[in-house]
Amino acid sequence: MDDILLLEAIERYLSGDMTETEKDYFEKLRRDTPEVDQMVVEHLMLQHQLEAYATRRNIRHQLLETHAQLLQTGEINEGGPVSKKAQIIQLFHRYKKVTAIAASVGGIIALFISGLALYFSSSVTDPKLEQLGRDLEAVKQKQKVQGSIINEVKTKIPQNARFLSGGSGFLVESNGLLVTNAHILRGTGAVVVNNKGEEFKASIVYIDHERDLALLQIKDEEFSALKFLPYTVKKSNANLGEEVFTLGYPRNEIVYGMGYLSAKSGFNGDTMSYQVQISAHPGNSGGPVFNRNGDIIGVLSTRQAQVEGITFVVKSANILRLVAALKVADSTYQDLKLPTKSALNGLNRESQIQKLEDCVFYVKAYGK
Amino acid sequence: MRGEYPEQALLKGLANNDSKAVETLYKEHFGMVQHFVLNNNGSYEEARDIFQEAMIALYEKAQSDNFVLTCQIKTYVYSICRRLWLKRLQQLGKFSQPMDGFDEVVAVEEDLEAHEKRNADFAIMDRALNSLGEPCKGLLEGYYLKKMDMNSLAKDFGYTNADNAKNQKYKCLMRLKKLFFAQYNIGE
Repeated sequence: MDDILLLEAIERYLSGDMTETEKDYFEKLRRDTPEVDQMVVEHLMLQHQLEAYATRRNIRHQLLETHAQLLQTGEINEGGPVSKKAQIIQLFHRYKKVTAIAASVGGIIALFISGLALYFSSSVTDPKLEQLGRDLEAVKQKQKVQGSIINEVKTKIPQNARFLSGGSGFLVESNGLLVTNAHILRGTGAVVVNNKGEEFKASIVYIDHERDLALLQIKDEEFSALKFLPYTVKKSNANLGEEVFTLGYPRNEIVYGMGYLSAKSGFNGDTMSYQVQISAHPGNSGGPVFNRNGDIIGVLSTRQAQVEGITFVVKSANILRLVAALKVADSTYQDLKLPTKSALNGLNRESQIQKLEDCVFYVKAYGK
Repeated sequence: MRGEYPEQALLKGLANNDSKAVETLYKEHFGMVQHFVLNNNGSYEEARDIFQEAMIALYEKAQSDNFVLTCQIKTYVYSICRRLWLKRLQQLGKFSQPMDGFDEVVAVEEDLEAHEKRNADFAIMDRALNSLGEPCKGLLEGYYLKKMDMNSLAKDFGYTNADNAKNQKYKCLMRLKKLFFAQYNIGE
């Protein structure tokens, strides 16, 4: 009972309802009795807490009411039964990200498919076959990507000529005789670029469209002949299953690829070429195909369209025939001797490539 | 959208529970927060809770004596919501990727800390009141929260006179005090 009286007094004191004399008396009581003082402090705290509680409850209530009211007037919505238009906007907001992702994925696929279509629609006599020369568009694109337009400015292609197509080629004679594919050489002349990016003028000395082979002679003072070529050109046929590798320029940089000989004849039983399982791209055309020992077994030339990895390689014996024909046709080549020394036998692949790199060139054909 | 009320006036209105101000603030900022929560793994309900929580934090800030808002209301509300939602996601273990949205964010850690302290106090009081049972709870609520006078409370609850009701109220208050401080001090 005392407590209740005291509590009442505290409440009256705190709310300022006491008379002056009452207040004086109560304050004296507070000072003299720590328990009463403590009770006042506690009560004050509790009152504050109760007020805060009340305030919080009110604003909560008010917010919930406002929410409900705005929902009803449609000024906000929560995906419930609202107008169709509002629903669509909600859905759009909700799935905006997903839609964007889906759209971009779609875009990529579309680009990819059209890219494929473009890729496989390049003109070849047999639609199932694809020549692996790089034509102008592809090359242009790559140059843009790689930012190598500066190279083109400094190019040795005559100013009034246009860069028509590109591919790979390799030396068969250390002072600058190169073998490449005939189909690369669409124009009137060519420049060749080595793996260090140095360009040399070259001229077509022999071209055999039937074998799809051609011989280019580097005619440039800046070209210094190699001491020797580390490989031979094989006369005999390569064996089925033999491991092969290639170096070429599907990009402006030399690229290595590896595979195996998968058939002794080429497309539709063509005995002049092999079928090789290797990944090849436009620009690999004219590139050398080496066996395990680093000797040349052929010239990479075409691939089967729409089948990844099936590539056709002109047999190296054809190079020999070509060179023989050149000797007959041009007396300046009478004394031409093909390399006879296999210097790469037994070396590991990296060392082989290091020595071979200098012998493989990027061929750029130009015309008017 | 704005212009009807300058931001300061809006906040003053909010602090005084002015329904027009509350409505205006709600309309202006709810959409942004809802969008943000929905886009970050949340539901409509969660969006509502987060937004209302932020509004309460803003309300409390607006009510405090030393109140200053150094940024736009929008930025403040967004910052609070972002922080709250991140926390909620972390608690649920749903948090996976960085959140998208408006870049402008202000530091709200201190305000949120104060807000969370108040949340805790509120929860303790709520529990204490609810464990009192009737008629204690009703009496105390009527007197302290709704500020009703003793006579009408006595009438409502059926006491024969106001003095008896008052007496009862004090008994209830003592019980509440016990319950509240027991929890409150543990909470500290």
